[in-house]
This record gives sequence, structure tokens and C-alpha cells, in this order.
Amino acid sequence: MSEGVTKKFMYLNRKAPYGTIYALESLEVVLIGAAFEQEVSLVFIDDGVYQLKGNQNTSVNSGIGVKDFSKTYRALEDYDIDKLYVDKDSMIARGLTEGDFIVPVQIMDSAQLAELMQQQDVILSF
Amino acid sequence: MLHTVNKSPFERVSLDSCLRFAKPNDAILLYEDGVYGALAGTRFESTMAEALKKFQIYVMVPDVEARGMRVDRVIAGIQPVDYAGFVDLVAGNYPVQAWL
Repeated sequence: MSEGVTKKFMYLNRKAPYGTIYALESLEVVLIGAAFEQEVSLVFIDDGVYQLKGNQNTSVNSGIGVKDFSKTYRALEDYDIDKLYVDKDSMIARGLTEGDFIVPVQIMDSAQLAELMQQQDVILSF
Repeated sequence: MLHTVNKSPFERVSLDSCLRFAKPNDAILLYEDGVYGALAGTRFESTMAEALKKFQIYVMVPDVEARGMRVDRVIAGIQPVDYAGFVDLVAGNYPVQAWL
């Protein structure tokens, strides 16, 4: 690809992982978009913070029998996607702590996330 | 009577509405994203503790585990069930209202 303009893309995730298809679709778009070498950040707000919960078990034998896509978050750093931000208020309201997450994240308060949103060229909402 | 709730209490009012209309001794089953309401440490824990005084509350374990949680994180008093337990609840309670 020729030298293009680098834009700031934010993927804003607000849904729990298995009840709807939003979380998986977001991740698919993130991976596709990674080929375009833009400046990407992923933000997890509201029930979106549940996407990053570790120890997900969806096995066919004892579980709900769908693909556990949470391990894919671990692969994001191979695509140079390492800006993952979790909303502190959403995390606390759900009884979660930083240790619950499957990958390293930055915990941010709403003011910090609001500022980050302002700086984006594109926000993709899921 | 059996009530089922399959939406996250953080996103919809399904659980609140269920608790508002359920009568004492009714059974309530939390499944799919509804299981988030059964977990300790959340904003809804006190609501559920109150509800447990009036209702029989059940939670689907496969849905809990799919979401990275374990049964030991479920609020004490909420009874874990599997798919066979789900069938028993539906067969043993009439009618069934699904709070979608």
C-alpha cells in the first residue's frame, strides 16, 4: 500500500460477549481493519467490559456450545493493537477488577475516555 | 409460575420488571446475559439479596461459565441449574413468562 494518511480509529464496545453478535463482529472488524495500519484503540464501556473477562468456557460438552472468541484478544498485539481501554465505572459496577481481564488493559475514568473520543477521526460503535 | 430473564440487568429493565411483577414463591430463572444479575459484587447484589427473601431464584451454570465466571461467584441462595434443570423448571411451573 502506498503511503497514506494515518487516521485514528476507535472501536467502542458496549455489549456483553455471547447474548448478541456485536462483540464478535467488532473483533472481526478490528482484525480486518488491522491490515490498513491505522492508529487503532479499543474501548470497553458498559457491558462491553465483560468481553475481556478471562476463563470463558463455552465447550460443547458442558457449556453453551459456541466458539470462545475471547482468546483472540490475546492475538491483537501481534497486529500492533495494544491500546485497550476499560471504563473504570463500568468495571466497578460489575464487581470486576483489573485481574479479571484476559489481556493487559488501561483502566480509565470517564473524563479520560471522553477526551480520547474527542481526539478520534472515526469511532466505530458496537 | 416461572419467570425467565435472559438480558443483562445493566442494559435492560427485564430483571427489574420481572421482580416487580413476580409473586411470592414464584420461580425465577436467570440465563444467557441474565446471569450477570446473579453475580456477587455487582450493583445489583442488594436487589437480588432482597429478591431471594421472596422468590426461588435459579441461574444457568453453562451461561455463567461461558462468560468467564464460576458458580462460586454467584450470590449465595441463588440455585445453580443445568439444561436438565431448566427443563424441570419449565415442566414443573405453570405458566411461564419470558422477560425478554
